[in-house]
Amino acid sequence: MKDFGRIPAWGVAAVGVGAVLFISVAHAMATAATDQLGIWQQVWGWTPLILFGPPGVLGGMTLNILISFLAMVIGTMTGVLLGILQLAPAQIVRRTAWGMTQFFRNSPWLVLLFFAMLLLPFELRFGGLRVPVPDWLKATLGLALPVMANLSEVTRGAIRSIPEGQWESCEALGLTRFQTYSRVILPQCVKRMMPPWMNWYALLTMATPLVSIVGVSDAVALTRDALAASGRSDLLIPMYLWLLLWFGLYCYPIALWTQRMERRFAVIS
Amino acid sequence: MDGVAQWFLWLHQAHGANFTIFYDAFDSARFLRGIGTTIRLAVVSIVASILVGILGAWLQSHPSRTVRWPVTTYIQFFRNTPPLVQMYFFYFALGPALGTALGSSTPPLGNFAWAVIALSFYGAAFNIEIFRAGLEAVPRATLEAAESMGLSPRQVFLHVVFPLALRFSLPALTSNVINLAKTTSLAYAIAVPETLFVANQIWSDSINVLEMMVSLLIVYNLMVGVIVAAAHWLERRLRMPGYIQ
Amino acid sequence: MEWTADQPIIRVREVHKSFGKVEVLRGVSFDVMKGEVVCIIGPSGSGKSTLLRLINALVSVDSGSVQVAGVEVHDLKLDKIALRGKVGMVFQQYNLFPHMTVMQNLMLGPLCVLKKPQAEAESHARRLLARVRLEAKADAYPGQLSGGQQQRVAIARALMMDPDVILFDEVTAALDPEMVKEVLVTIRELAQDGMTCLIVTHEMGFARGIASVVLFTDHGIIVERGKPQEIFDSPSDARTREFLSQILH
Repeated sequence: MKDFGRIPAWGVAAVGVGAVLFISVAHAMATAATDQLGIWQQVWGWTPLILFGPPGVLGGMTLNILISFLAMVIGTMTGVLLGILQLAPAQIVRRTAWGMTQFFRNSPWLVLLFFAMLLLPFELRFGGLRVPVPDWLKATLGLALPVMANLSEVTRGAIRSIPEGQWESCEALGLTRFQTYSRVILPQCVKRMMPPWMNWYALLTMATPLVSIVGVSDAVALTRDALAASGRSDLLIPMYLWLLLWFGLYCYPIALWTQRMERRFAVIS
Repeated sequence: MDGVAQWFLWLHQAHGANFTIFYDAFDSARFLRGIGTTIRLAVVSIVASILVGILGAWLQSHPSRTVRWPVTTYIQFFRNTPPLVQMYFFYFALGPALGTALGSSTPPLGNFAWAVIALSFYGAAFNIEIFRAGLEAVPRATLEAAESMGLSPRQVFLHVVFPLALRFSLPALTSNVINLAKTTSLAYAIAVPETLFVANQIWSDSINVLEMMVSLLIVYNLMVGVIVAAAHWLERRLRMPGYIQ
Repeated sequence: MEWTADQPIIRVREVHKSFGKVEVLRGVSFDVMKGEVVCIIGPSGSGKSTLLRLINALVSVDSGSVQVAGVEVHDLKLDKIALRGKVGMVFQQYNLFPHMTVMQNLMLGPLCVLKKPQAEAESHARRLLARVRLEAKADAYPGQLSGGQQQRVAIARALMMDPDVILFDEVTAALDPEMVKEVLVTIRELAQDGMTCLIVTHEMGFARGIASVVLFTDHGIIVERGKPQEIFDSPSDARTREFLSQILH
């Protein structure tokens, strides 16, 4: 990552955002009526709600992060499997896996989110037991779909980048396909998959605000609710910038870490 | 067209699969209008993001830090924050502020314009890096060879740097263009009547969610397919036979 | 200053050049007369490539003077384009423009810089291609040629500008051994036709056979200068001896 002398780039970015915030807050304060709460106080006052959701309820930024973790886990497990299936011996398996990968890769994340929200059942029934499926869980599954598709491609690329000689040695030793994958191929793939995997996690996290559109009370939904409730137009710019800043604070370090990993992996290979 | 409509009508009556967009004139018309809006959104944003990307890549190669800093900050801002929130910021926060600044009660730009602005800045942030990488991939010896022939800096750029940087950037640029085309669906959130928005209206009226979902997914896949085909055509036209980097 | 053939075509005087803190050339002086073939040998990092790049103004001098055909190269008012019309250069790798065919590569200079008409440039290009024995590859792309063929095209492209001098920067160093010879043969023919050549090379046998003058550089200065037989058979400086003993074994 570019540094400006000894100041890290994130410092500059934070200062930049802080400056814009300060200017807009100062401007708004200068023009705000004196009997209203100051902008900064208002923004600060809402921050716990936006970060943690209403008391006792799962919501806000923590929900965004929870969704991102869960969707990433589900997407990784299914995506790696799909990627392996893209290289299966049977052509019909390969074709189907490829088709699924391309289909979900080419679809917009918001459409897939709607897809999951509207077509997944709102409750599951096991015999007499009724388990409600909460909205945020359906949204998580919806977001896991594009993650699955993209990680399928990443996995396929990583497996194909393992030299042919590795496969030949395993065959010569008499290992089964499963053993070859589990003991030789996949362990080597892990390292080279890390940078793109981290990159997709960052992209997923930046896609979680989409759930606010389908009725889940995440950070963005709560921010919009708060802004609507207050009806004050001078809070618009600060609150949205605040939101952007919080997401940036989470995602920017991930981007830096991803770049560091890319460099380290390049050196080793 | 009548035959197609008949077939889908039969499909609905016989099997319950209700694809109103094929046999209902109203639904069909608004669905097509929605697709048209998506295409317009995509084309304008893609072109704008490429132009801003070229500008940004040029500014980033400037020797002065005071020119490079803002560009880097801009890139980091748009790449590390959610595009939906960026769009909300432009439409709900900047829009009214711009309106007040210009002294009018209604924002001067409509939601389509703000969607284009948001998408263009988002796409350009990635394009700047892509173009920069393409420029850096031009081997130094090739540049020196061009200079040694007596070509002026302008000629070196026109005949050597730009053609090569373009070819090197093409794969990553294609990927970003596809992504931008898909991201146009975010405009739904600010009520731009693009494909997803219109599909929502249709399935709310005709209660055919599954059918509209399938249609939507197919439409977007087709769109991406067209872009991929165009990119392949371009790559073939710009091929450099035998070149291994 | 009018240049006449009895004066050196290249004159380098007390040239110093640093890149950052590293002083690459520490006071280099030599002359090259028209028609001479000067081979520059020496260990990596001794400044050989930088020296070449000073002569066609790809790199500027910190102090000292470089004159080509009487024209001061580091003169701020220097017409670089006119200079590069007189001095051609061939590089180690990535010489040719991969997005253009061989013919387009050859014709780019005459068309854009010398403003020659298309037909004249084309016939000149075909003549030069024949001279380097690559007429059949006129419409091929560089990626479809072997390394040796690419370098021969690069030499032809330098010749397209009718230069007085050609600089060769380790042009065979990146080639597979079986392709080195074809390039060296081409350079030898060029030299025998009277072209003034400055050749940075590791090919000692070639240097010995073709050079009229050999320069040995080390750590930014010219340690020794002389006829090939003198340098290769009886070097006077210990550094020259050490270098040659490592190279020729």
